[in-house]
Amino acid sequence: MKTILTLDVNGEPREVLADGRDTLLELLRDRLGLTGTKEGCSNGNCGTCTVLLEGEPVCACLVLAAEVHGARVTTIEGIATGNDLHPVQAELIRHGGTQCGFCTPGVVLSAVALLERNPRPTDGDIRHAIAGNLCRCTGYDKIVEAVAAAAQGGAP
Amino acid sequence: MHELGYDGPTTIDDAVALLAQGNARALAGGTDLVPQLREGRRHASRVVDLKRIAELIAIQRSADGGWRIGAAANVTRLARHAELAVAHPGLIEAASLIGSLQIQNRATLGGNVCNAAPSADAVPVLIVLAAQAEIAGPAGRRIVAIESIPRSPGQSMLAPGEIVVAILLPPPAARQAARYLRMTPRREMDIAVAGVGAFIELDAATGIIASARVALASVAPTPIRAAAAEAVLIGQRPTLELFAAAGAAAAHDAKPISDTRGSADYRRELVAVLTRRALTRCASDLGIPLP
Repeated sequence: MKTILTLDVNGEPREVLADGRDTLLELLRDRLGLTGTKEGCSNGNCGTCTVLLEGEPVCACLVLAAEVHGARVTTIEGIATGNDLHPVQAELIRHGGTQCGFCTPGVVLSAVALLERNPRPTDGDIRHAIAGNLCRCTGYDKIVEAVAAAAQGGAP
Repeated sequence: MHELGYDGPTTIDDAVALLAQGNARALAGGTDLVPQLREGRRHASRVVDLKRIAELIAIQRSADGGWRIGAAANVTRLARHAELAVAHPGLIEAASLIGSLQIQNRATLGGNVCNAAPSADAVPVLIVLAAQAEIAGPAGRRIVAIESIPRSPGQSMLAPGEIVVAILLPPPAARQAARYLRMTPRREMDIAVAGVGAFIELDAATGIIASARVALASVAPTPIRAAAAEAVLIGQRPTLELFAAAGAAAAHDAKPISDTRGSADYRRELVAVLTRRALTRCASDLGIPLP
């Protein structure tokens, strides 16, 4: 069963034909071509598909597309301003907080949401905020350093 | 998964009517239901989204000091509700153990109860707080104890077409505390090997335990009350020795299985330790020094 959904994606109004079985992840990747959001476990354990729904991080694989009709969604494509990276992105590069890169879009969105609510997080706050984003490369320390640096306005 | 339809009703009556048609299933946070449908572990031809119904996401304090928590209000909203967090810190702490922040932004108390997982982190503390569920269905509304809802792993006692609309917390006594503790090998993103909810209410004049409830998770097909542990506590003065005795009794009440997360013996040992510690946390909340 197909229906037309309207939603705001990265500040742009979008109208998209979706199947009732589609998840938000499939809506973004397959119907809207926004492949920056990655598919990992598809059952809510890995956080790879994290996007912001009304500003809060969610696993796009656990949300049905129909649920976001009328909602505001932010994906990794909506984080940088033109060619200017968001401080979280810039610091992840500078601190080596990204290796294979597969978890990075989700990590960025979790970190951006954290800093929106808590501009001066402790290391503990940062670790808690990214606990739902599995990374098998970095060992997390470099991600935590990068997010802490982004919070301080990009100190080295 | 074959076709899947979606309805987003804005009233409870509409939701109940929609759920009565065909093979429909209520959708709250979706953190369990969406992967269950996609992996073929549950079947439905329609989902009825409860989150567009104002009453289902409202969090209200009643005139008598009790609380009415919409069954589809997400855990993050509960945790950010300053007044609720002060009134029921044990509930907020338990609900905040569910999954990651991504999960808590979707997961709901109604879903945690009705998904009927033996390990549901919010259920033991709801049981010991004597919480009830208000159910709406084709035959009208009824109110049942939380502990009666999970019937077996993944199966609730709800009749077809019924939904839990609210979790009802009774007004707290003057001196009561409730806590939930669990054991997971990892600090985050894990499922309880065992969990214990504990509640004590002290007689205001004598300091004797006037009322006590203990509920156990992950050690039976559903969350269960630990009746022997409760009997040990009631009428006694709170001491570490008493709490240890209640832990030993709770270990006897547990009916665990051995699986990949832990052996039955290990789970019983965990129940004894977690019961003692949860009761000790309650005493600490109440500011009582433990002899």
